[in-house]
Order: sequence, then structure tokens, then C-alpha cells
Amino acid sequence: MQNLVAEKIGMIYKLPDGSQVEALKDVSFTLEEGRILTLLGPSGCGKTTLLNILAGFLAPTSGVVSLSDRKIDGPGQDRGMVFQQGALFEWLSVEENVGFGPRMNGRPAAETKKVVDDLLDIVGLGGFGSKAVYELSGGMQQRVALARCLANDPDVILMDEPLGALDALTREKMQGLILKLWKETGKTIILVTHSVEEALFLGDRLFVMAPRPGRIEREYELPFAAQGLEVNPRELKTSKEFIEKREEILSLIWEMEEEIMGSRGEVL
Amino acid sequence: MSEKTEIKPTLAARLGLAQFGTTERKTVTFGDASAVVGSRFWSIMSVLILAILWWASAAFEWTDPRFLPGPASTWERFVLIATEGYRRVTLMEHLTASMSRILWGFGIGCVVGIPLGFAMGLSNFLRGIFDPIVEFFRPIPPLAFIPLVILWFGIGEESKVLLLFLAALWIMAIAARSGVLSVKLSKVHAAYSLGASKFQVLRHVILPNALPEIFIGMRVALGVCWGTLVAAELLGAQEGIGQMIWVAQKFFLTEIVIIGIILIGVIGIAMDFAMRLLEGWLIPWRGKG
Ligand SMILES: Nc1ncnc2c1ncn2[C@@H]1O[C@H](COP(=O)(O)OP(=O)(O)O)[C@@H](O)[C@H]1O
Ligand SMILES: [Mg+2]
Repeated sequence: MQNLVAEKIGMIYKLPDGSQVEALKDVSFTLEEGRILTLLGPSGCGKTTLLNILAGFLAPTSGVVSLSDRKIDGPGQDRGMVFQQGALFEWLSVEENVGFGPRMNGRPAAETKKVVDDLLDIVGLGGFGSKAVYELSGGMQQRVALARCLANDPDVILMDEPLGALDALTREKMQGLILKLWKETGKTIILVTHSVEEALFLGDRLFVMAPRPGRIEREYELPFAAQGLEVNPRELKTSKEFIEKREEILSLIWEMEEEIMGSRGEVL
Repeated sequence: MSEKTEIKPTLAARLGLAQFGTTERKTVTFGDASAVVGSRFWSIMSVLILAILWWASAAFEWTDPRFLPGPASTWERFVLIATEGYRRVTLMEHLTASMSRILWGFGIGCVVGIPLGFAMGLSNFLRGIFDPIVEFFRPIPPLAFIPLVILWFGIGEESKVLLLFLAALWIMAIAARSGVLSVKLSKVHAAYSLGASKFQVLRHVILPNALPEIFIGMRVALGVCWGTLVAAELLGAQEGIGQMIWVAQKFFLTEIVIIGIILIGVIGIAMDFAMRLLEGWLIPWRGKG
């Protein structure tokens, strides 16, 4: 099994003025192959830090992360990354962006072209291959980012607020695309979001995280992602079950917020 | 649904003589930078008035023609030095000599400065070593090196190229360094995750990402080199546009001085224009990240 395991991860940033920020404390979980996990929480609770550690861009100050029992100690092609925006290479065309990974690995050009064409069709960008990425809308750019990540066939896909900069309608469409890719490829996915609805809709597991120190406050197992493609997404999102869960999580977040505000003596 | 009708710009608008499009319905234009697009009409007027003033000052003898010769006699002299030359060197030969100095000095400045800037942007060690050197030499005007360059290398061709090289070097190093530092971390991270090696990240991410700033550096450096050239050609030379006007000044040939100044200006504009064309053609993604 390609399990992604985090054992007691701690991350402390040392600031130039000598102070420290405890961005993560005692974060432990096991994510089985093929699950889709969403991370939800206010800014500064360490979501990006956690993703960077899993991607291998940062070494935690304590604890170990491993994928299929191999310790993660640097970036690798078994873990692909999708960023919020602006991580595409604007000097390359759409198809050159998508084919970047295979090209860096010295794959034959013909094989790369086939992979790229297939992926562009899958993400709904067939025929856009020769366009410049800056000619595309934000939603289309994120489709390119997804395709670029898939071109290397990673085991795990890490997404840091991939839909954060999109308008509401585009966002819903992209959620559908992510669910579809998850179902069809069976990849393990971790997705960071600010939106409660998105976290519920896309996650078959959900961690609500809390700040200072960054930690997992509560975990949920969710049924919605599994149903998401069979039923109408709007119906699902307005179902009684979904709304109940949403309110439960929102009130949890409010409680956390009040605790923080209360402890600092601030008023809204 | 609103209907989209095609509106053709008037002839005046197409020539840049009148406002067109969104600007013409704006009620607030004072302070709106996008509404200040200039008017080619006034540009044409300003050039015309300058030319008329020049012509009139000669025609009505407002000024002494020895100090400010008129357009007619200047043109005559221009034709003369373009065909027969001045002191047996034609204008074209003067220009070629100057251009080749520029290309050598600027070219070597780029070849050394760009890798230097990359090294400074990529390695703590090399940044540490070169930072004081670059920061120290950067604010020194290249002309300040003339005496030292003469002492060390004499007044030959190498000295002139060396001065132009020094003019370009620091500008290129700093432009390349800031190009490297401007790379978005997420792009570098994405490339490593996709399996790129360090060299591939350098070649396929850092280099293309730095190109726009390198190009801006090249435009600035070329301008500074061109400005340094006239003074560099003071160090004795047979040929060169700067040399030509210095010698002409000694013999009171004001026409040649004026021709030289106009040519230096026109070529400066042309070089900048060429660089901008090249920029648009080579790096269409500039500013689109
Ligand atoms: N490079 C860094 N240096 C110092 N502090 C950092 C750095 N990156 C993040 N932090 C701090 O760590 C905490 C968690 O940040 P981050 O992981 O970006 O949270 P999130 O993505 O959930 O908003 C924040 O308090 C942030 O200020
Ligand atoms: Mg973040």
C-alpha cells in the first residue's frame, strides 16, 4: 500500500529577531492510497507548511513523513504539486507546460506528445495546446496546472488552495473536475481550502486545523465525495446531511475563533 | 444582450492625432494616467517649430553662423562628409568604428556580467565574494576610470573597449542578479517536483524567468555605453563619431559638431527602438507571469 504517513510532525520557524513560530505541533495521520483529504482552517494554521513538508520542500524540525514506508527527505516525482496560481511557466505554451515533467525526464518526444494530448482532453483543454498560458483564464490555467502535475503520474497530488483565486461558478466546475480525476485515476489527493463547502464536497476525509500552534483540531470521515459524481452537485450541497455537517464545522470554527479572540481580549 | 457594433477609428485617431475609444467619453481625465496618451499632433508641432526656429535664426542672422550654422549649410556639410569624408575618413567609417567599439565593450560586458549576476543570485559564497566589488564599482561613472586606463593600457583600442566594458559590466551583473532573485519560489518548487535536476531548473526556469530583466539591463547598458563612447574616443583615435566632433571643434567646424550630435541622438534612439522590438519578439511573456 502507498500509505502517506506523518508521525508527530513539528515545525518551528526561527525568525531573524530570535523569536519562534510554532507552525505545526504533533501532527500525525495515516492517509491510505486513493483517499482524498481536505485541510480546512484559518490562515496561519500551518496548512502550507504541512504541504511543503509532504512535498519535501521543507524538513520538519521534529517527526517523520513517509510515503510507502520510504522517508520523504526532498522533492520527488511520486508527489505532484498544484499551487494556487502563477506557478505555470509563462515562457512555455500550454502543451510545453504539461509536457515539462516528461521532457525533464528525457522521455521520447512522441510519447510525451501523446500523454500531453490525452491529458489536455481529460481536463477539457483539447485544442488549446499551442496557446500561451497567459492567454487563458484563471480556471483554464488551473486545468493546465492539474494536467502538468498528472503528466508525471505521481502517486500523491498535493494542492494548496488550487481554486482559491477563481470565481464561484468556475470553482464549482473545477471541483467537479477534481472529483472526476480522483475517481478515474485513483490517486491519493490532499487539498487545502478556505471554503467549508469545498472541503466537505471534495474530501472523503477532512481535517479541521487550528492555529498557534498549528495542529489538527478535529477529523471527519465524509460520504459526499464518493457520491459527488453520481448525483447533482447542487442537490448534494443543499441536502440535509450536507448542510448539517456544514453548520457543525462552521460552529466549530466559530468556537475556535472566539477562543483565540477571547484569549487576546479582542472584540469583533 | 448588448449588441457589439464595430466602430472604425477615424483617420485622425489612427494617425494618433485625436483621442479614440474609451478615453473620449471620460469625464475625469486630469490625474487619470491612462487618459494621458499624448498627442502626435503636438509632437509634430514641437519638432516643426524647433526646425523653423533653427532655420530662421540662420536666415535672419539672429545668431553668428560660426557658432550656430543654419540647416542649409549643415546639410551641405553632411553630404560632403558622407561622400568625401572629413580628413579622408567618411562618416560611415566613423560610425562603423564607433559601433564596433560599442559592440565589443557591451558584448563582453554581457558575456561576463550575466554569468556573474547569475552566480550572485544562486550562491551564498559567490554573492559574498562579489557583492562588495559590484556594489563599489556600480556608482562610479565609467569616465572616472579614464586616467587609470590610460596609465595602464595607453590610448589604444583596448582602452576604449575596456571603458565601455566597465560601463556595461556592473549594470548587466545587477540586472541578471535581480532577474534570478525575482523567480517565484512556486515555479522552482514545481520544476523540482516534476523531476527537474538543478541544472534543468537553472536552464528551464531561472534563465527564462530572468530574461525580461536581463533585457531591461541590456537596454540601459547600451544607452550608458553609447553615452560613454564620445568621451572614450577622446583617448585619441583616427576614427569614431566622438573623435570626429572633437577634432571638428578644434578647427571650428561647427556644422560637423552639430551633425555628430544629431547622429549620436538618432542612433541612440534607434538602438533603443531595436532593443524594444527584439524584446517584444524574443520575450512576449514579459510582465505576464
Ligand atoms: N518561511 C517562514 N518563516 C517564518 N514564519 C513562517 C514561514 N512560513 C510560514 N510561517 C508562519 O507559520 C505559520 C503557518 O503558516 P502557513 O503554513 O503559511 O499557514 P497557512 O497556509 O495555513 O495559512 C504562520 O504563522 C506563518 O506566519
Ligand atoms: Mg497557505
